Parts: sequence; structure tokens; C-alpha cells
Amino acid sequence: MREISYRDALREALREEMIRDPTVFLIGEDIGRYWGGAFKVTKGLAEEFGDERVRDTPISENAIIGVAVGAAITGMRPVAEIMFGDLTALAMDQIANQAAKIRYMFGGQAKVPLVIRTPFGGGVNIAAHHSQSLEAWFMHVPGLQVVVASTPYDAKGLLKTAIRNDNPVVFCEHKLLYPLTGHVPEEEYTIPFGVADVKREGTDVTVVATLYMVHKALAAAETLAKEGISVEVVDPRTLVPLDKETITESVRKTGRVVIVTEDCKTAGVSAELAALIAEEALDYLDAPIKRVTTFDVPIPFSPPLENFVIPDEKRIIKAIKEII
Amino acid sequence: MLPSSDKLVWMFRKMLEIRHFEEKVYELYGQNLVPGTIHLYVGEEAVAVGVCANLRKDDYITSTHRGHGHCIAKGGDLKRIMAEILGKRTGYCKGKGGSMHIADFSIGMLGATAVVGAGIPIAAGAGLSIKLRGTDQVVACFFGDGASNQGTFHEGINMAAIWKLPVLFVCENNLYAMGTRQSMVMLIENVADRAAAYGIPGVVVDGNDVLAVYEAAKQAVERARKGEGPTLIECKTYRHKGHSRFDPATYRPKEEVEEWLKKDPIPRFRNKLVEMGVLTENEAKGIEEEVLAEIEEAVKFALESPYPKPEEALEDVYA
Ligand SMILES: Cc1ncc(C[n+]2csc(CCOP(=O)(O)OP(=O)(O)O)c2C)c(N)n1
Ligand SMILES: [Mg+2]
Repeated sequence: MREISYRDALREALREEMIRDPTVFLIGEDIGRYWGGAFKVTKGLAEEFGDERVRDTPISENAIIGVAVGAAITGMRPVAEIMFGDLTALAMDQIANQAAKIRYMFGGQAKVPLVIRTPFGGGVNIAAHHSQSLEAWFMHVPGLQVVVASTPYDAKGLLKTAIRNDNPVVFCEHKLLYPLTGHVPEEEYTIPFGVADVKREGTDVTVVATLYMVHKALAAAETLAKEGISVEVVDPRTLVPLDKETITESVRKTGRVVIVTEDCKTAGVSAELAALIAEEALDYLDAPIKRVTTFDVPIPFSPPLENFVIPDEKRIIKAIKEII
Repeated sequence: MLPSSDKLVWMFRKMLEIRHFEEKVYELYGQNLVPGTIHLYVGEEAVAVGVCANLRKDDYITSTHRGHGHCIAKGGDLKRIMAEILGKRTGYCKGKGGSMHIADFSIGMLGATAVVGAGIPIAAGAGLSIKLRGTDQVVACFFGDGASNQGTFHEGINMAAIWKLPVLFVCENNLYAMGTRQSMVMLIENVADRAAAYGIPGVVVDGNDVLAVYEAAKQAVERARKGEGPTLIECKTYRHKGHSRFDPATYRPKEEVEEWLKKDPIPRFRNKLVEMGVLTENEAKGIEEEVLAEIEEAVKFALESPYPKPEEALEDVYA
């Protein structure tokens, strides 16, 4: 079985889609031949497809997305890269008011086949302007779809779907995932949106986790297995659309749920997931819903501070044990 | 007019402080003592120093991801800058900010933002506050060539222009934004030409000549203090090292790097001071030794300082 990194899986998806469809092009800061993307996802693509289709831009996030929107509504399929998730804030008008609303506002006349790739998350000590997890911002805007791929396999399959999809998609990556390796088949495949993945089966408690937290949850599950606690880890894979069925089914089975996300707690991804479970599976719960998230603070720089605010395996285990 | 001998010597010392401080940070990074990433100011010292030599303690500056030099030039404490870079509790921001987010509000250093271009409207806002409070302070806003393509550049400078705010917009044009050469992202040669679009003076200076920077900034400060509005000063300079610690900067032609290394602002200024009779070679050496000792002390202080306690992460969110 072939194992490749998350970074390489993304690049394969981009490359294959660019070969398949000449309307696909990439746009972003330092994604071209001189740098290959801050996290090297697009490395080599400018050399292969040329600078026209792998476009380096000025540092102008709002215009990057605006230009991508303009191209998308006139027949192209742009994949824009925003170098760091926090910097989507600079492009928020184009994302939330333009890309998200154009189709609806104009009575369904237009489609906006746009993908915005961006890395969220902490863990590399680059402080408050480069480390936040903002997936919930995009979930809150009708018209946007939100992908959270946690493995190389999911990353490739979901990115291909995102590119072929006719809606604006915010494709959330995580800095710590790029070097992670995993199985990715040689042959063509895609993963549909709205289909969660049970990353580990279990019977005592459900952990719903996203992005890098999936891996921390799996590590916690492994540790707890040795103590005889059976943890099921469910990865929604896309937050919009959300696979409510798989999540609630797992909760109905185990009767207990811990939600683990790296964004902060208040009005976060975990709040939406908890509300869903409360609405649709409350009668099956044997214990209160637990949430393990980053504390409600900007991400601090110094390692002891950053390590404290972002959930770790210990906090996940503690939360599980509180309801077992 | 030339600055006084005392000021010239101060400028020389500050440039050396920045140079050796940055070299030290580079070295500590290599020893795994610096978390995260670093963006060094080596090669660009004349810009921060030439500008800040015109500022009073109560004047303001805004800074960038490449900001250590700005803070040092404004009079920041080397110990507390180093401690912050190492993530220590005694650092300027108690370890919350790190290399890209140093601030010292007590000397008007309003902070380094790592969001490229974000400091530009903030500087205009500090200028507005000065105007509303009726003082004669000024603001110096540092940003890169790359930042000048952000919407904030247009919006911030235009506002400062129409309201005649006391701001120096100082573009540190080091020819690159990460691997992106200026010519890839703008068709003009001089960022300063954009000043015309806002109806304010735009000046191009040799950013590796501290006296040229000083002179341009001096005029801009005078104009600002008189309430005549902002100036855009573009300083042509070059970073000696990669964009960040692990960037080998292979996108820069070797000849270009060599040519710029020859224009290193520090030996240039040193020779000039000796030529002018402001300093002897020996005195220059003496200053350099003092600076090196001061930096050693800063490193010692930072290394011996404790890390913040984890729970301190929860403090300072709200006033
Ligand atoms: C808004 C924003 N976009 C992108 C980045 C990533 N980034 C950090 S520094 C940098 C280049 C900045 O270039 P310039 O303004 O010329 O400053 P220099 O690094 O050359 O001093 C980029 C693109 C960022 N931090 N903020
Ligand atoms: Mg630059």
C-alpha cells in the first residue's frame, strides 16, 4: 500500500484536477516557482503548468478571493490559497458577502465554483496572528461549504470533490498535518461531502473530532483501550454539509460523547455539534455532552502557554473519564 | 544639516546593537533556543535608526514581523526583547507575543503586527489621536514593499492624507516579499510614486545610508509636527539573510546579493564617521565591544528567566 504525506496528497489532487480540467487554476501568495507555497503544497506545479495557471499574487488577500470569485462566476475553477488561516480575515468580505451570497442573491443564476485552501491551527509557536482555528466562522455563513480533512486519504479525495463542486468551499487544512503520512491509493477516487468517517470503532464513548484533533483523539483512544475503555472516533470530514446521521448514530450506540476541536469553545464548531446531538439524540445520552477545545484566548507564543491552551491527549482522556 | 556628534554616535551604536542582536538571535535559533520562526533585520539597520533618530520618546512607531530592529531603534530594552523572543515571562509581552509581536507602549512602540500591512491604518489612527488630543507627537509606520500592495496601504495613507495626520509612512523596500520580487507584483519602480495618488510627498532614499534616511525623516517629522500631514518615505534596502530562518533565499541572484552586501550600511557609516573625525577606529571598536557585552547580558538575562506558567495563558484577554 502506498503511503504519502498529507502535503503530497493535496498536491496530487491539485495536479490531477488541473490535468483533467483546463479551467482549474491556482492563485495565491508565493505559491509559484520561487517558493512553492509557504507549506510547499504547490511545489513543482508552476514548473509543470506554467505561471498562468499557478499565479503568484501580490500580498492582497481580499483581491485574491475577489479575483477568484470573478473568475469563478465566468467559467473558471480557481483554487485560492490563503497562506495562513488567520489571514482569511482580510478576505472576509469577498468570502462571506460575495462568494457565499452571489448565487442566492441573484436568484440562482450564477454558480461560484471556488475553493479556498488555508491552514489553521497551532502547535508551531508562531503566535496569535498565525495559529487560530476559525472553521466556525465559515460554518456560520450560508452558501459556503466547509471541509476539514484529517488524513492524506481524506485530503486528496475531498480536495478533488471540492474542485469539481459548484459551490464556494473553504478547505481547512492544519499546519501539523502536512508532514503526516498515510495510505493513498494510486488509482483515482473522490470522497463525497457530507459523509463522516468512523476513524476507530468503539462501544463506550463517542469522540467527535476534526483536523489534527482526530489524531490526538486516536492516541487517547489507544491509551484508554489499554484500560479497557472502548472509544469510537468519528471524523465529520465536512462541517458543511454535516453528516448528522453518522454522528448521532454513534452517540445513540455509545450513549456518551466528547467533542474535540481546536477552535475555541464559545460559538465554536463544538457548540454546533453539541447542539445537534442535544437536538437529535438527547434521549440516548447517559451523561452530559463534553467539549474539549482550545481555551477562549488568542493563541499565545511561548511553548508552555501554547501547549496549555490547545487540547492535548491528557485533556481528552480526562474528559472521557469524567463521563465514563 | 548633519546631526550632532552625540547623535551620530548614538546612531552608530544603535545600528551595531541591531546587527549583533540579530546575529545572536540567529545563533540561538540554531541552538534550538528560539521557538517558532524569526525574521531578521540584518542589513536594514539604517532604516529604523535613521528614522528613530528623529523621534522623541513620546512619539510612536508601528512595526512588522521583521520588527526587532524597530524596537531597538526606538529605545527598547535588549533584555526584554531577547526574553520575549525566547518565550520567557520577563519578555515585553510575558511570552505571549514572541519574535513577531514585540511591543513597548512605555516608549511609544505600539507593537509589531504579523499581518502584513495591518500596521498602516493603525499608525494613521495613532496620528488621528495625536491630532484630536492636540499634541505635537508624530508616528512612524514601518512596513515592507510587500505590504504596500495591501488594501490597508491605500486606505490608511489616503485617510492620513485627507486629515493631514502626523505620520511617516516608511516603506522598507528590500526588493522581496518572501520569494516574490517587487517587479512581479508592481509595475512601478518606486513605491514612493504612489504618494502622488494621495496628494502627499513621496521620497525615495538610499536605505543603506543612515544619514540619507535621517535627513528624509527629519523633513517628514518637521512637516508632521507642523500639522502639514504625512509623508511616504521609501528606503531602498536589502535583507542579508533569508526571509525567515529556514529560507535559503535561492530566488535571489548571487550577484545581486553580493552587490548589496558591499553596500552594507554599517561599515559605510563607520568609515564615514572616522572620515568625518567623529570617531577614531579605536573608539568605534570600543563601542562595538560595549554593544557585544550588552547583548551577552541580554542573552544571559533571557536564558536565566523563567518560562511563564501555563495558566498565565488565560490572563490579559480582557481589560
Ligand atoms: C496579510 C498577510 N499576508 C501574508 C502573510 C505572510 N507573510 C509574512 S511576511 C510576508 C512578506 C512580507 O513582505 P514585505 O512586506 O516586503 O516585508 P519583508 O518581509 O520583506 O520585510 C508574507 C507574505 C502575512 N503575514 N500577512
Ligand atoms: Mg520586502
